[in-house]
Amino acid sequence: MTSITVPGSTAIERPEHGRGEDYLNCDKGWRSWLLTLDHKRIGVMYMIAITFNFFLGGIMALLVRAELWTHAPGPITTDGVIYNNLFTLHGAIMVFLVIIPSIPAVLGNFVLPIMLGAKDVAFPRVNLMSFHLYMVGTIMLVMAILTGGLDTGWTFYTPYSSVLSSSSVVMAVMGAFILGFSSIFTGLNFIVTIHKMRPKGMGYFRMPLFLWSIYATALIQILATPVLGITLLLLTVERALGFGIFDPKLGGDPVLFQHFFWFYSHPAVYIMILPGMGVISELISTFSRRHIFGYRFIAYSSIMIAVFGFLVWGHHMFTSGQSELVTAIFSALTFSVSIPSAIKVFNWVATLYKGSISLASPMLYALSFLFLFGIGGLTGLFLGALATDMHLHDTYFVVAHFHYVMMGSALVAFIGGIHYWWPKMFGRMFNDRIARLCAIGVFVGFNLTFFPQFLAGTQGMPRRYHEYKPEFEGYMRWSTIGAFVLGISLFVAFYNLFSTLRKEKDAPDNPWGGATLEWTVSSPPPHHNFDSEPTIYDPYALDAVVWNPETRSFEHKKDAGLLEESGEGAEHA
Amino acid sequence: MTTIGDVGQPHDGHGGEHGHAHDPHLAHHFDTPQQQYDSAKMGMWTFLVTEILFFSGLFCAYTVYRHTHPEIFLGASKFLDKTLGAVNTMVLLFSSMTMAWAVRCAQLEQRRGLIINLALTIVCAFGFMGIKYVEYSHKFHDGLLPGSHYSAALHASEEFKAAHHIDEHFHGHVPAEVEREALELEQVNYRTFFSVYFGMTGLHGIHVLAGIGVLTWLLVRALRGRSTGTTSWSSTTSGSTGTSST
Repeated sequence: MTSITVPGSTAIERPEHGRGEDYLNCDKGWRSWLLTLDHKRIGVMYMIAITFNFFLGGIMALLVRAELWTHAPGPITTDGVIYNNLFTLHGAIMVFLVIIPSIPAVLGNFVLPIMLGAKDVAFPRVNLMSFHLYMVGTIMLVMAILTGGLDTGWTFYTPYSSVLSSSSVVMAVMGAFILGFSSIFTGLNFIVTIHKMRPKGMGYFRMPLFLWSIYATALIQILATPVLGITLLLLTVERALGFGIFDPKLGGDPVLFQHFFWFYSHPAVYIMILPGMGVISELISTFSRRHIFGYRFIAYSSIMIAVFGFLVWGHHMFTSGQSELVTAIFSALTFSVSIPSAIKVFNWVATLYKGSISLASPMLYALSFLFLFGIGGLTGLFLGALATDMHLHDTYFVVAHFHYVMMGSALVAFIGGIHYWWPKMFGRMFNDRIARLCAIGVFVGFNLTFFPQFLAGTQGMPRRYHEYKPEFEGYMRWSTIGAFVLGISLFVAFYNLFSTLRKEKDAPDNPWGGATLEWTVSSPPPHHNFDSEPTIYDPYALDAVVWNPETRSFEHKKDAGLLEESGEGAEHA
Repeated sequence: MTTIGDVGQPHDGHGGEHGHAHDPHLAHHFDTPQQQYDSAKMGMWTFLVTEILFFSGLFCAYTVYRHTHPEIFLGASKFLDKTLGAVNTMVLLFSSMTMAWAVRCAQLEQRRGLIINLALTIVCAFGFMGIKYVEYSHKFHDGLLPGSHYSAALHASEEFKAAHHIDEHFHGHVPAEVEREALELEQVNYRTFFSVYFGMTGLHGIHVLAGIGVLTWLLVRALRGRSTGTTSWSSTTSGSTGTSST
């Protein structure tokens, strides 16, 4: 066993918080931001870009919902092609520009090196390149919107995308291709950073669980995203040069495209949800004031999800003409994913048990996650079962299911995480009363939007139509009302956060009482993260972190909560 | 790639702890040169894993079509040039050797050997692209093109060609109705084969071009006498080896 604390460091000498030089004011001018190698600034730039894209995608969603207010065409558009553009762009923006990069690129970039006690990620320039690639990809997707739209659905299925559609598919596909490389380089950076830059004494099983989930995500990013890259490249040459690999008229096979696409895009679903699960592990533990329950189970289940995620892509093609045997195998494997997912949920609930729960806004988002992920996960089993999927395939049931997971779980975790780390990122507290109201608004609005869609789906309402049978109008109207409640709540929530930037820095170093390393540095952190070598604490020894009324901040009790005091994981250090 | 290779080097081969505060090649966020070297190495190998997966989609498509249409692969492969293919394989293998040798030279700080081997590798890369150009030109001329550009009429029976005045000096486009007739006569067509062929070799060609760019950058650095230290070279060049011999 190696020594646990970094030799020669007993306590952190921190400067007067909020007064000294930090990463925000150490340098000025737009070049100091756009060409920065500081992981914190890169994370902040990602956050601004992603927030902007989130509202762009959100406006598309509200237009879609407004259009569905009546069963007849209108009121937004009577043109089906425009409607197809709206939902495609909503999907493509939300998936490629928002959810996939959200937690890893914003929160991962910001807190991952600090949680490791490191000064930066392993390859800061590659990190900056990831951000630049993200911006190029974003611009290309927006260009696609402006130069002819995109009406293929975010899945780009052939032969519609390769032969029939007249929208600017090539531009959008190349945008997604470049975004893929942005994602690959982020994942690569995190993997190397976690392997090589942990401080002495922090074994793999003493890392915060957020890092485990980011690691599992990064594995998927580097193993699945290249396959998306080659698929999109093939689609481009298919469309631009008439390659015919996916075109049955030329001897190709369109279902092969679906296999290729979902070989990436199903694991990509776990790229979206796994980081969210990591955030929830932090939030639940901090706001219950309890050591996380079942650390190893949660850690291993992240890896299990990453591995199983590669084996289930065929469940997107139950109706595409796979052989019955393959279909049955994919169905069985799909059920296996529910095991590690359930392990996590049970461990979070067990952490809550007998905890001293405080209902600050990040915790409200975390609790929302538990409910919404429960519903989203369990309805996935309906779709994984062959007999029910035949009925539910391509209905609103599917739409509701994946929104519960992607929006209700992944994005709710992201927003919860943003609230949690906001004081650390900018050194400013937001109005928690408004934030809590918004969290409740998001929860209510979300369920109002998507629960009726389950009901409409079970009764056979197909997805992706702007004109539908009158009997579904009731469900659709509830859903539209919910969407606007959700949209307004989110807008106010983000306004509540960003409006704090106008005021003076007032956040203490540790406002919530977290035990991970980022809470031991000043808010906002210094340029190089640590002014002296950090003391490595047990990330979940929350009873060692107590409120100090003098500094109005939580602080570690002297010599308490150090890693050597807890036995778990010591042999792996 | 630039950054991964550019992260610096320890002065002794084992990346000792001593003196790192003075090492101008040690980036600020690493504690020791050893840590920096290990990170660069792992980053490069991880990047190569993603490259393998990038190509795996094409290998997968190849396997699927070969399995479902063995007769097409049997027939179409007759149009490939075995001699040029063999020569190009030798060029690739030789350039892998010079590349590996260059890495060794860099590790031993032998600047002259490094420059010679890098230059040889770049020459091989151009040679490879030249031979590919010859191969591609033949196929373009013969209408052995991917997907919708494929000209079946050029490969139909002799009687069919004679009837439609298509001889070996034929240039330009075959009329659409002749093309359709030829495809019907032929029953099977080789379009998909040549889609896979051009897809795989084309993507490889792009990688060779990228390799030329990276190696030229390394050669310029070596000529300027900068940074012939152990780690920056070995991490960078291990990547280039992988790329140019893919």
